Amino acid sequence: MSKEKFITLKSTAVPLSIENIDTDQIIPARFLKATTREGFGENLFRDWRYNSDETPKSDFVLNNPTYSGKILVAGKNFGCGSSREHAAWSIYDYGFRVVISSFFADIFKNNALNNALLPIQVSDAFLRKVFTSIEQNPATQITVDLSQQKVTLEDGSSETFDINAYKKTCLMNGYDDIDYLLSLRDEIRHFELAH
Amino acid sequence: MTEHRKTLFDKIWDAHIVKSSEGYPDALYIDRHFIHEVTSPQAFDGLRKRGVRVFNPSRTTATADHNVPTKDQHLPIKEALSRHQVETLRKNCPEFGIELYDLGHPYQGIVHIIGPELGLTLPGMTIVCGDSHTSTHGAFGNIAFGIGTSEVEQVLATQCVLQYRPKTMLIEINGKLSKGVVAKDIILYIISRLSASGATGYFVEYAGDAIRSLSMEARMTICNMSIEMGARGGLIAPDETTFDYIKGRKFAPQGETFERLVEQWRQLKSDPGARYDEVIKFDAADIAPMITYGTNPGMGIKVTDRIPTLSELKDISEQTSFSKSLDYMGLEPGAAILGKAIDYVFIGSCTNARIEDLRLVASMVKGKQKAANVEVWVVPGSKQVENQAREEGLDKIFEAAGFQLRQPGCSACLGMNEDKIPAGKYCISTSNRNFEGRQGPKSRTFLASPLSAAAAAITGKVTDVRELV
Repeated sequence: MSKEKFITLKSTAVPLSIENIDTDQIIPARFLKATTREGFGENLFRDWRYNSDETPKSDFVLNNPTYSGKILVAGKNFGCGSSREHAAWSIYDYGFRVVISSFFADIFKNNALNNALLPIQVSDAFLRKVFTSIEQNPATQITVDLSQQKVTLEDGSSETFDINAYKKTCLMNGYDDIDYLLSLRDEIRHFELAH
Repeated sequence: MTEHRKTLFDKIWDAHIVKSSEGYPDALYIDRHFIHEVTSPQAFDGLRKRGVRVFNPSRTTATADHNVPTKDQHLPIKEALSRHQVETLRKNCPEFGIELYDLGHPYQGIVHIIGPELGLTLPGMTIVCGDSHTSTHGAFGNIAFGIGTSEVEQVLATQCVLQYRPKTMLIEINGKLSKGVVAKDIILYIISRLSASGATGYFVEYAGDAIRSLSMEARMTICNMSIEMGARGGLIAPDETTFDYIKGRKFAPQGETFERLVEQWRQLKSDPGARYDEVIKFDAADIAPMITYGTNPGMGIKVTDRIPTLSELKDISEQTSFSKSLDYMGLEPGAAILGKAIDYVFIGSCTNARIEDLRLVASMVKGKQKAANVEVWVVPGSKQVENQAREEGLDKIFEAAGFQLRQPGCSACLGMNEDKIPAGKYCISTSNRNFEGRQGPKSRTFLASPLSAAAAAITGKVTDVRELV
């Protein structure tokens, strides 16, 4: 089934300078009860975003009108903990298409790539630079070019990032893994018989 | 000829590659797939949209665990969304020909507890589940790891997942464990040394005589928490302890087939001199009863240690997260944790809710009473564990101590059902995660062993279990 294609993106960004953001913070377990993929965005970072009486916490970045955009920038080891794909769904559903961090947990990274959400791992130094540039000017534009595997800041400084060639092709064309695996069904049958 | 010397991980991985092409991830055949109500509904929906059947329904087993109440399981689930999710599983499983161990079934329980106890989990397999604690099964010498829902759909549709081969790490622990130190302390110690991201990108093999000496239940506790340092999974080479555990289990191979398989399973070990990407060694004598003080499982200390101060942190960039974490926990840098009053004790989860864990707790509390200020929940990992606990009279010991023995499920490990720790309250928990809000909004979690949790239940505060044993 085809997904949204990702080629380039130019956007402002939302800074969340906290490390080890686990998937329980991204989407708390009590909001995992839906049986569809849609609608998780409203509960993204639920307990950081809202007080217990449901009023928005004014000091949380998603409630600060100064910051907006399709890029989320977060501290290292983003997405650790539970394998819940709902974490990737909620970030995407909220409107983000890219997460920039200096380190991602493995399962989150896979889940993001399977949902047209691009995780970009940059160096610690470049991450600090991204945070500083947003801090200095919240309207600053960050450009992501997937074909060149490059993220560029407004002052022209840039860094290239790694992404595996297969996943890059999938993202740029909107393919998904199941289409590829389904094309291997005969080989899988043979393997299973011999296994 | 080092290239022919392979790790156990590489042997199992290589034996399951259906297709490996340059530039592509490996298509890995999956022997055993477990599903539960939370991470499967969207995968079944995907199959319907594609018009695809399940490739091999006999290789998938389902149970309801995350959402289920731990009281009155014979009644309909009260909470509407939880009920809907369990009912969706009840609809999907028969539609796609998958065996479901539903509420009330004698085999129902936490997905990572029932697989091993039913003999579905065997050495040499590849095992996946839409749950990060799938690493538990690695205790039997197999490759077991958690996956997302898109990957659950891959496995249902093709019995394969697309995966890149992770790096390998050997963690060797030799020496004799001290009094009061159990498997949970070993793994909390390892994670505290490696950090919550120290094994990201790796698959871990645990070895050494301290690991060899452990029961299967204890090995499962260790492998279970591999993900808490970022590893995809952890495994332990099978041995006589493994084969004895499997023998005679419900779905395990029986008779001559079993004997023949045991001969094959004996070969499942890393070759001498096999190369790992990382090797780490610890001395068992350095491990003491452990407890976490912060909001990730890497924030652990010996129960007699003080909480670190900002200046003791290795990395300056960690200071903000560290302060945020201690604020959340209501703790001070440099303070002692021993003697800290607690409100709740949770004994349960896929980490520590097997019969051996319940026996350990019972041995500590027999003839004693819980502290008046503490509420104690004992949630068995499965219906079989619950029944066995009753047969052994553990229920009477718990009742006399003022502990509540509940019905099986994930319960307060993640608070998807009613079992939530109230805001601001402290819970000493045998589960695996101390993340903010994990056990309920604003709840505060101290992770520890079943022995330490039982000791705290009696004294009402964080206790050095060595003073009681």
